[in-house]
Amino acid sequence: MASLPGNIDEAQALLKAGSYVADRSLATAVFLALKLGRPLFLEGEAGVGKTEIAKVLAETLGRNLVRLQCYEGLDVASAVYEWNYARQMIEIRLAEAAHEESKERLAADIFSERFLIKRPLLQALEPDPRGAPVLLIDELDRTDEPFEAFLLELLSDFQVTIPEIGAVKAAAKPIVVITSNRTREIHDALKRRCFYYWVDYPDAERELAILRTKVPGAGLDLSKEVVAFVQKLRQRDLFKLPGVAETIDWTDALVQLDQVALSTGAIDNSLGALLKYQDDIARIRGSEAAAILEQVRAEMTSAAATKLLQH
Amino acid sequence: MTEPTETRHAGRSRFAQNILLFARTLRAAGLPIGPGKVIDAVEAVKAAGIGTRDDFYWTLHAVFVARYEQREIFDQAFHIFWKNPQFLQRMMSLLLPQLRYDQPAEDREEIATRLAEALQGERAADAFAEMPADQEEVEIDAVMTFSGREILQEMDFEKMTSAELAETRKAIAALRLPIMEVPTRRFAPASRGRRVDMRATLRASLRNAGSIPLKLKSPKLRHPPLVILCDISGSMSRYSRMALHFVHAITNDRDRVHTFLFGTRLTNITRDLRHRDVDVALDRVAAHVKDWAGGTRIGHCLHEFNSKWSRRVLGQGAVVLLITDGLDREGVEGLEDETQRLQKSCRRLIWLNPLLRYEAYRPQSQGAKAMIRHVDDFRPIHNLESMQALADALGRASMRAERPERNPKRAA
Repeated sequence: MASLPGNIDEAQALLKAGSYVADRSLATAVFLALKLGRPLFLEGEAGVGKTEIAKVLAETLGRNLVRLQCYEGLDVASAVYEWNYARQMIEIRLAEAAHEESKERLAADIFSERFLIKRPLLQALEPDPRGAPVLLIDELDRTDEPFEAFLLELLSDFQVTIPEIGAVKAAAKPIVVITSNRTREIHDALKRRCFYYWVDYPDAERELAILRTKVPGAGLDLSKEVVAFVQKLRQRDLFKLPGVAETIDWTDALVQLDQVALSTGAIDNSLGALLKYQDDIARIRGSEAAAILEQVRAEMTSAAATKLLQH
Repeated sequence: MTEPTETRHAGRSRFAQNILLFARTLRAAGLPIGPGKVIDAVEAVKAAGIGTRDDFYWTLHAVFVARYEQREIFDQAFHIFWKNPQFLQRMMSLLLPQLRYDQPAEDREEIATRLAEALQGERAADAFAEMPADQEEVEIDAVMTFSGREILQEMDFEKMTSAELAETRKAIAALRLPIMEVPTRRFAPASRGRRVDMRATLRASLRNAGSIPLKLKSPKLRHPPLVILCDISGSMSRYSRMALHFVHAITNDRDRVHTFLFGTRLTNITRDLRHRDVDVALDRVAAHVKDWAGGTRIGHCLHEFNSKWSRRVLGQGAVVLLITDGLDREGVEGLEDETQRLQKSCRRLIWLNPLLRYEAYRPQSQGAKAMIRHVDDFRPIHNLESMQALADALGRASMRAERPERNPKRAA
């Protein structure tokens, strides 16, 4: 089990060790969350690497990752705990067969931990030989408000209350990472308990570093072209801008197609890896893509020329 | 740090005081920051230390900012407030590079004005009299500016005749909008439910030895979110006033209602309408909206809604009410695509058109023709009666039932 980072530099190094290329601002938020034992609230567009942060933290810190994927209608039974009804029923029948008279004792017996099915949030509070786990609450904006309110107890006191048993307190504070795609605003009461960070699209330099780490099979020239192309694309008026995940997918696709440099044909054929709305694809495919590519080429040539002149 | 402990201690408290002052500035600028946040901030800065200005910035950012929109205000407040590096110098005896204060970009000036007011208010209140004056001096180069591109007209609610006001208000306040309810994935106990509520069943069986009485449950029902897009251009002005009363009544009747007004640009007035008193709420709207009774750019505004807001407010199967006469100043370029995009993103798109009061109305204008192909329902909204009819229609559980291309005159 690796120790927690002692300062921001170490936090940045930690993320880097998990091949996550992070801004210093993100490292600051991660460091504070780890140091002060507060949840980290990550918000941002789809595909900018929010979920990845939790995975990397679990991996580099040597902790288990407990993941709760949120969805509309997520309730306590699937997020925290559920009683094992079938076993409880059998237990009741057995007790009756054995002429057990005391109802109180029976009730106490069947509502004991033996019959409890632990769901992610309860699992995250369990003692763990590898250290308190990383609890990832993914896409919190997909749940409804009642569930959000339920989380308040968990996130401030790191405990949940099961009526039949009482409060279950965390053996050690888990490292909590919450992500949201901002399809609705999360209530301030919940955000107040967290350190907030808006995960933005990376700039060209960082995106290139990410691409070099994630798709080592792609040549430097291709990676540079891809990044320049995607960065240009993000300035266009599209319904859904491509995230980093899409950049990686697209580069992967281009490598699979044995491309060493971008060409209009290859772009048109693989655009589906980058853009996910038909309107957007129809707009970019063909002449628009060719125009962007030409612009990218011109800029890269002039950059290379400047470099040559300087030497 | 080599100085004596005493000075260091003094530095600490001064430092905490400055964080507090900074928090108050942010609060005055509209960020919801309570005392707990100040303690958090001091704790966070202690944990992270003040290495560079950037680290300090992001440390405070992680504590004070809780929403995407707050980042701009925080950014400006930070640069204005901590502009004078002496603050940090004196407190932590660390040298910071001399930092320049970037002139705010043009589109940020509105925020800067808010901040300027907040900072001035702070100075007037002057809770920390012992602070030397030079530390508090803040120069802000933000002037109130108005865009010259649009002819901006403030809305005048006074023009509504008193009789009209009284009548509409009374009738509209009584109006309820029974939007169809949709099943959620949560369950409630029900005697005729279709699923067995195991937990309740088990408890019941404990009480009744020898038998297992089945307890049932069924899905809970809930209104889907409602999003209202209301046209406030000149051609609509007579109706939009009435429509606003209507919208206010709905907003206070249920949760998850979002309202946007559009003329030449899109304005989110959801917060303004939350006020219980209809007059106060509409006053706030009037103060907020700048393009009252001007032209219309439906395509442009729908585009803005689709790209900026749709993903944030159309979640969980929202129903959209589009209140407009479909007369677009800019022609129809892009309008059809945007309407289609809108319809595909929501559960049901309902177009309310006051022009439908004319028996002979057909969607003839190009804008209306483009839009009508992509709405699920098409209804009049010109008097109280039609509003009531609308309320009834919304109560029916039809989803995409009344496709207008089959029968565009059905609603009239």
